[in-house]
Amino acid sequence: MNRRLFLSTLASASLLRAVGETILIKNAKILTVTKGRVDGSLLIRDGKIAEIGASVMAPAGAVTIDAAGGFLMPGIVDCHAHVGADAINEGTISVSSMVRIEDVLAPDDIQIYRGLAAGVTTSNVLHGSANTIGGQCSVVKMRWGKPATQMVFSGAKPGIKFALGENVKRSGSNTNFGATLRYPATRMGVEDVVREAFNDARAYQRQRDEYQTRAGKGERVAPPRRDFKLEPLVEVLEGKRLVHAHCYRSDEILMLLRAAEEFGFKIRTLQHGLEAYKVAKEIAKHGAGVSTFADSWSYKIEAYDAIPYNAALCMKAGVLTSLNTDAPVTQQRHLLQDAAKTQRYGQLTDDEALSLVTINPAKQLMIEDRVGSLEVGKDADIVLTDKHPLSLYTKVQKVFIDGEVYFDREQDVRERSLRAARRKALAEKLKPAAPPAQKKGAR
Amino acid sequence: MRRVLWCFGLVAACALAQPAGSGVLAIRGARIHTVSGPVLASGNVVLRNGLIEAVGANVAIPPEAFVIDGAGLQVYPGLIDSLSTWGLPAAPGRPTGAPNPAPTPVTPAVLEQRIQTLDDGGPEERPSNTSWVRAADLLDPKLPTLAAARNAGYTTAIGFPGTNVFAGQGSAYNVAGSRARQMVIEDGVGQMITLPVRGFGGGFPGSLIGIISYVRQIYADAEHYKAVQALYEKDPRGLPRPPYDRALDGVIASRRLLLPAGRLAEIDRMLRFGQELKQPLVLYGGTEAFRGAALLAAAKVPMLINLRWPEAERDADPFVKESLRVLETRDLAPTGPAELAKAGVKFAFYSGGVERPADLRKAIKKAVDAGLSKEDALKALTLYPAQIFGIDNRLGSLEAGKIANLTVIDGDLFDDRAKLKFTIIDGVKYEPTPEATPESNR
Repeated sequence: MNRRLFLSTLASASLLRAVGETILIKNAKILTVTKGRVDGSLLIRDGKIAEIGASVMAPAGAVTIDAAGGFLMPGIVDCHAHVGADAINEGTISVSSMVRIEDVLAPDDIQIYRGLAAGVTTSNVLHGSANTIGGQCSVVKMRWGKPATQMVFSGAKPGIKFALGENVKRSGSNTNFGATLRYPATRMGVEDVVREAFNDARAYQRQRDEYQTRAGKGERVAPPRRDFKLEPLVEVLEGKRLVHAHCYRSDEILMLLRAAEEFGFKIRTLQHGLEAYKVAKEIAKHGAGVSTFADSWSYKIEAYDAIPYNAALCMKAGVLTSLNTDAPVTQQRHLLQDAAKTQRYGQLTDDEALSLVTINPAKQLMIEDRVGSLEVGKDADIVLTDKHPLSLYTKVQKVFIDGEVYFDREQDVRERSLRAARRKALAEKLKPAAPPAQKKGAR
Repeated sequence: MRRVLWCFGLVAACALAQPAGSGVLAIRGARIHTVSGPVLASGNVVLRNGLIEAVGANVAIPPEAFVIDGAGLQVYPGLIDSLSTWGLPAAPGRPTGAPNPAPTPVTPAVLEQRIQTLDDGGPEERPSNTSWVRAADLLDPKLPTLAAARNAGYTTAIGFPGTNVFAGQGSAYNVAGSRARQMVIEDGVGQMITLPVRGFGGGFPGSLIGIISYVRQIYADAEHYKAVQALYEKDPRGLPRPPYDRALDGVIASRRLLLPAGRLAEIDRMLRFGQELKQPLVLYGGTEAFRGAALLAAAKVPMLINLRWPEAERDADPFVKESLRVLETRDLAPTGPAELAKAGVKFAFYSGGVERPADLRKAIKKAVDAGLSKEDALKALTLYPAQIFGIDNRLGSLEAGKIANLTVIDGDLFDDRAKLKFTIIDGVKYEPTPEATPESNR
């Protein structure tokens, strides 16, 4: 009922196929990313990739789509986006670990559709970078038109956003010194906030354990108050929650890795990490991934030393590396181009370049058993393009998530004029009544 | 002419109220919309001591009654504004963007003053929380919004105080009376949550995402508070004393929770949030109720509909193109009530952002023009709000024994040219006062 209702609000409702339909895509150049290129067909059954091969028999009742020599690639995974949410930052405090992106998912955000049109099928929707320890993030599939609960990537490990540097210490805002606004105002203070938060989390953990022990012995003891701020940090300490840390400079990267090691937890990804190439060895040793921009050097002071070789250098040092967008700060439609740029600077192979936006971010989010490459048994999150995806001239033709078509360029183009006409008619209809004409001679 | 105006002004000043709360009043031969039963083409209503004594086609009119000839008049149960600020002092505007003032030492007097200033944000450790404040305690019978409400045909409001996240306890009250305590019908009918998104400078919580987390934490704290108190009350020996916390007391005392929801995504979100908090739920807003009717029906949650239909911002940039979805919502919002009625969702109208109560009937007519039946529209102004807030044993329909609140129109309520004849509140007749114009004071 819900689904029908949501769909009915969409112009493209007629396009969406029922879940579970068997689809054969033939005559395609299939870039699996992990297992080389196959020229042939791909079969989707029950929302999963059922078969890939030079010639696949169409089962009875299967819908056949002719790719006409186009390319199939895995749906793009963006490890860092701020799309599809009604609020991004709770910037009033330095530790806002209690806030959850899942609470404010906005399935009607047009950015989701724009991401789809760029071939993005999975996004890690993060809290903003206004504070040292931000909120809990949500990995979503870009299921445009579905309600919020159906956007959530079920089974993805929970995560949390950290942030370091200029945004956090509010550089450039005139409330820096002598401000009553918010601690910290320096990078030293940022480190202190991290340590203090995890000291609190440890104390909370102890308090909880102590209560369990005493209550277990039958003692009469009041239960501790549940603290939604510290619970996710305890999960970080217990390895149950992934840390995605926004950072730029090598010194703050080292600071965070060392602080985490001291408290016995891992940083899963360094987000942006524009100076990661300077400390790639140390990052690899810690086991953190890097999710960076392709270029964007010097767009602010702490990005001064950014270089377009960053992703490639990190990869070569053995760091699990991906490219991200920060969408809508930069656009998800740039991701394939960004991969191509990195290839140009870093002499990467096609598969290495594509892995930056597919299997690597999937690994960083620990969802690589489901998405990130075209392999039998994985979710049918598939992008059909007309040219090689790393070409500047490529256009996304169709996007499947779980075997359902969520974007169809042909239909989108066809409906543009209809939508424009409808908008014009509505604007005309809703135009506020003109003010009453002035009386003759009133002037 | 001048003299007529003068008379008019004098009359207006007296508000034309009959001081007859304990008298007997009857309307004879009017068209009567009982709401709970059939419409009587011609019937009588007898009111005694502020209550309805009898309604019917042939009920006898006692000889002592002051009789009003109802020929040509239509009698309705008194209209109810289901989420109102009428009769309540305006919350002081919060300075936006201003840096936080230096902290003042918190003496009891300072704290009390802060609490009284409703928008100040509540006590230190529970920001933006005045959950215990009751609209009934703030009600001021002298405020002009009450007279304006009567002029628009309303007899009752469900008022909510403040603009904090936990805004406070709503109260049901009549919009006329000389003393606030006599106006109140029922106190503590629900807790209203608002979303004052204040950005970075205003203290936690400053965003939608923060407010939701904060509400969740407060409800968890309330559960904890109850558990600790229960343990302590059983036997205080050997246990630390639980602190007194009126912010949590106010949350625990809340009979139902009102959550804001306009867009479909918000309706979906708040329905799930209310279920998570395990509170009896009412949503308010409803801009996209036409998209969310099925969700509300499935959850069996009532919706309060803001009568300020979405419209283009007055100073909107003419070069910014509005999205098709925004335009569609603006076009279809008034069809929401009809969709709710079709889906079997209980709903009621509220004055919301409509600046002049006199414009409310025009706004209601929009919903009727968009397909809502007049019967359902009338229920959304009378019986449904009474049911939603649990006061339908006293209000919401014309039945013997209920409170004598009536709205009497010289024609059809949903014909916005038909004039309001008078309202009866607690058995007292109030004729509409003319619009306040400079002449009326002479």
